[in-house]
Amino acid sequence: MKFKLRIWRQPNTLIKGRFEEYEVDDVGPDESFLEMLDMLNEQLIANGGEPVAFDHDCREGICGMCGIMINGVAHGPKAATTACQLHMRHFKDGDVIVVEPWRAKAFPVIKDLVVERAALDRIIQAGGYISASTGSAPDANSIPVPKPVADTAMDAAACIGCGACVAACPNSSAMLFTAAKVGHLNVLPQGQAERFDRAVLMVDEMEAEGFGGCTNIGECAAVCPKEIGLDFIAMLNREYLRGKLKGAGSRNA
Amino acid sequence: MQAAALYRTSIGKKAIMAVSGVIWIGYVVMHMYGNLKAFLGEAAFNHYAEGLREMGAPIFGHLHLLTVARILFVVSIVLHVWAALSLTQQARQARPQNYATRRVVQANYASVTMRYGGVVILLFLLLHLMQLTWGVSAVHGEFIPGEPYHNLVTNFQSLPVTLVYLVAVVALGLHLFHGTWSMFQTLGFNNERMDRLIRGLAWALAILVPVGFASVPIAVQLGILS
Ligand code: HEM
Ligand code: SF4
Ligand code: FES
Repeated sequence: MKFKLRIWRQPNTLIKGRFEEYEVDDVGPDESFLEMLDMLNEQLIANGGEPVAFDHDCREGICGMCGIMINGVAHGPKAATTACQLHMRHFKDGDVIVVEPWRAKAFPVIKDLVVERAALDRIIQAGGYISASTGSAPDANSIPVPKPVADTAMDAAACIGCGACVAACPNSSAMLFTAAKVGHLNVLPQGQAERFDRAVLMVDEMEAEGFGGCTNIGECAAVCPKEIGLDFIAMLNREYLRGKLKGAGSRNA
Repeated sequence: MQAAALYRTSIGKKAIMAVSGVIWIGYVVMHMYGNLKAFLGEAAFNHYAEGLREMGAPIFGHLHLLTVARILFVVSIVLHVWAALSLTQQARQARPQNYATRRVVQANYASVTMRYGGVVILLFLLLHLMQLTWGVSAVHGEFIPGEPYHNLVTNFQSLPVTLVYLVAVVALGLHLFHGTWSMFQTLGFNNERMDRLIRGLAWALAILVPVGFASVPIAVQLGILS
């Protein structure tokens, strides 16, 4: 297969970027999108050019590093799939493919397609923890967790922090990510001690990082590779509003 | 006080939009229902319009409850528009550089046009008040104070006025379709079980309210009301 690529090139955060056009030929239909970019980079290096910088790590859809905008859709055209798990058979031979980095004030471009997502880490730092006693390990299953609760927590915990939800949101809101990270702890018995502090501290950090507000449009859930649902945003709104009314999260104020 | 600082956060602003929005949903539903009294004839309609001033009698005196309601509606719309502006600004700042290529994956038309639709509703609201409440002669030449039925019929005998009205009620319908579902989500009442019910309510409001509103000017245009 042959593709024409329009890729965003930007040397660093400070220098303005622009699109460059490339062509790659002999791409196998079962190659992943990242393998196709590897081919392009080998070609660029062979010709003495600068390879395209893109983030990746596991290449099996579990680490959340590989987020890029492919033809205007976060992680590309296939639902519930990270860019590394997207295969070229989902494109047509001869397609023009536009590749851009996530765009948000809170995600500055480091180089080409690589963005700084530390803002998401700081949201987790603000409240994504539980209090646990150290010392000897507790017995397994010593805290009973009903199956539906465990399932809900697992659904939320599937979030890999890729940032596609922010990238796809017309408001650049990080509500789906924050909702997943608050949700998976807030439904479990182990998360109860900090429940309302967590919601308030994490949302307040999200605001401070410069993300936009949620208007319930749902583009986030539609592109999320882990299919985190909008229900978690409703849950976050509930936990946050209740937390604020209780005066939670004030120890950092 | 923590709770008092809510208005500075995006979720707090959204909650303000949801509460002020539900107040206005109550208003448009009641107003639409009241308008249908035009089909009962001039006397019934004028009696209804006059009756609004006596709302809550005998506990409330002449104009008392109506004044309270008017203040509530004005405060609500001011807060709603303020929060809309503020969130729009926050969203603009959150993405200084836009995408070159962008494809909508699932969002419906109503949800992505809330901001434009809101402006259409606001402008229409002012025109509507000038025409039928304040009787500004530049926009309603035949206005007679205290004759609501006459004012209504003469207003909608103009085709351009009717068309503007129809555009506005369609904008309102779209706003209600996303807004009704969105406010449950914002206030945290939505979940997997509630979702279908809330979608159903949004559909019902988005169809019934515009159709009810539109029926009156269309009836005037067709000569059914005169
Ligand atoms: C009859 C008048 C109106 C009604 C019944 C109404 C109702 C609503 C409701 C229920 C919501 C959802 C709130 C939430 O999700 O928390 C909403 C959102 C919104 N409204 Fe209104 N509204 C009205 C007028 C206006 C006006 C005049 C404007 C602007 C000038 C406006 C702009 C917006 C915007 C920007 C949103 C947010 C959209 C979103 O969250 O997706 N609305 N409205
Ligand atoms: S919620 Fe989904 S899209 Fe957002 S960061 Fe987590 S995995 Fe990625
Ligand atoms: S590289 Fe790890 S999820 Fe794609």
